[in-house]
Amino acid sequence: MSKNTSSSAFRKIDVDQYNEDNFKDDEQENQQLGGIDENEINQLLATQKNCDALKICLENAPLFSKNQQAKEQALQITLRVLLSIKPSQIDSALEILDAELIDTLMKYIYRGFEFPQDGSSGHLLQWHEKVFARAGVGSIVRVLSDTARA
Amino acid sequence: MTEKYFFGGSVNPITCHAWNKDRSQIAISPNNNEVHIYQREGNDWKLMDILNQHDLKVMGIDWAPNTNRIVTCSVDRNAYVWTQGEDNKWKPALVLLRINRAATCVKWSPCENKFACGSGARLISVCYFESENDWWVSKHIKKPIRSTVTTLDWHPNSVLLVAGSTDYKVRIFSAYIKDIEKQPTPTAWGKKMTLGQLMAEFKNSTTGGGWVHSVNFSADGNKVCWVGHDSAINCVDVNTGLTVVKLKTEYLPFLSCIWITPMTFIVAGHSCIPLIYSFDGTSITFVGKLDESQKREASGVSAMRHFQSLDRNSRLESTDTVLDCIHQNAISWVAIQSGTKEHTTKISTSGLDGQLVIWDLTLTRSMQNLKI
Repeated sequence: MSKNTSSSAFRKIDVDQYNEDNFKDDEQENQQLGGIDENEINQLLATQKNCDALKICLENAPLFSKNQQAKEQALQITLRVLLSIKPSQIDSALEILDAELIDTLMKYIYRGFEFPQDGSSGHLLQWHEKVFARAGVGSIVRVLSDTARA
Repeated sequence: MTEKYFFGGSVNPITCHAWNKDRSQIAISPNNNEVHIYQREGNDWKLMDILNQHDLKVMGIDWAPNTNRIVTCSVDRNAYVWTQGEDNKWKPALVLLRINRAATCVKWSPCENKFACGSGARLISVCYFESENDWWVSKHIKKPIRSTVTTLDWHPNSVLLVAGSTDYKVRIFSAYIKDIEKQPTPTAWGKKMTLGQLMAEFKNSTTGGGWVHSVNFSADGNKVCWVGHDSAINCVDVNTGLTVVKLKTEYLPFLSCIWITPMTFIVAGHSCIPLIYSFDGTSITFVGKLDESQKREASGVSAMRHFQSLDRNSRLESTDTVLDCIHQNAISWVAIQSGTKEHTTKISTSGLDGQLVIWDLTLTRSMQNLKI
């Protein structure tokens, strides 16, 4: 007779390893391994070109990188740029971004909520409102569904 | 302009539906192991038969118009081919799918001598009737599918098959069964057509992700459209070089797509409103919304409607959550009700709100602008 135990250790067995052709993510060829150049961003911020800084951040975002440290670093830089742009400037900042970058921006906004600083969440919510108005609920869906995460 | 129906007073979601040849009967699954056959009588629907051979939820139904056979597949890993006896009752014949996971989708080939069934076993069973043994057998297409096959559609030549999968890929295979068919003639998709030959493979998204929910071949078989869980609409035209044209929309993800003319198709899904898009080989453009309902008139609140709405949305409080559109929940299934893929005049949609809606495309303003 089998014994009823409360052990749930069996749930942690990785059954997929016994399967020879299970799903793996494709190797991401190419894809922006450079990451964000912090000096360049600092320079732009120093000369008040915050919107350009944001664009360069998003264009070079290491979304496909397997290097967690590089992703974290990019996140911190992008957050700094996002919070340096005043709410009144958000509209003009969004104007120079295309649909692809808007999606990337939405990913960073959501990641930004994970690291609340003084007043950052309120500021990010304003970003969120504007981005949502432009790209709709579709961009939120893509934050959830894309495997290339911020 | 639109006809709205509930079946048997039920507010259960309709998983899938299929029409018979003259559209006098419909097969629906009320989100369980049964398939109900209804006959249309004026504005009413009369329950003709209940097909209850499956043990678990039915995932797909397809009704072959000319041979008048129904195929169903289910989470119980089985598919049945149903034929109508002289007493008008439907009799099942088991299909040997040889899979160890749920069957997720099923579709008759246009020539109706075989059908394809996708499954969670990461393969497609191409099934045909073996007259010697008097049963339906299957051949498998396995490589390089790496996850559940969620959706299928046949090329009009009954040889090529397009399949969408949860590995974020759309693939076109040859499903040529040499035991029952003549050597196929080459198409624009390629010449070599042994069973399982991969003719083309497309990634759903360059940013990774998005399960493929629905795929559809155009009437001439040269274009494919698909929708995925990244709220995007994708099209490929074999004549303009297999590049994926992608339109990321601002809506919730779409669950179903279907061509209605050589250039236009309809998508519908979690946003509850069917939308029309057109594809000219290089770009996808929005044509219009099918559902043009305005803000609901403050209807005299009937108690019946009130409680129906509570039930449908499984809520307890009675705040008003009526949507400003006809479908009150996600649309999960779109079918052609009248016409062909070349020229569709009516489509039917069903969804999680348990409604079947028939849309007359000729009366839709955005379609009249298209002049088809």
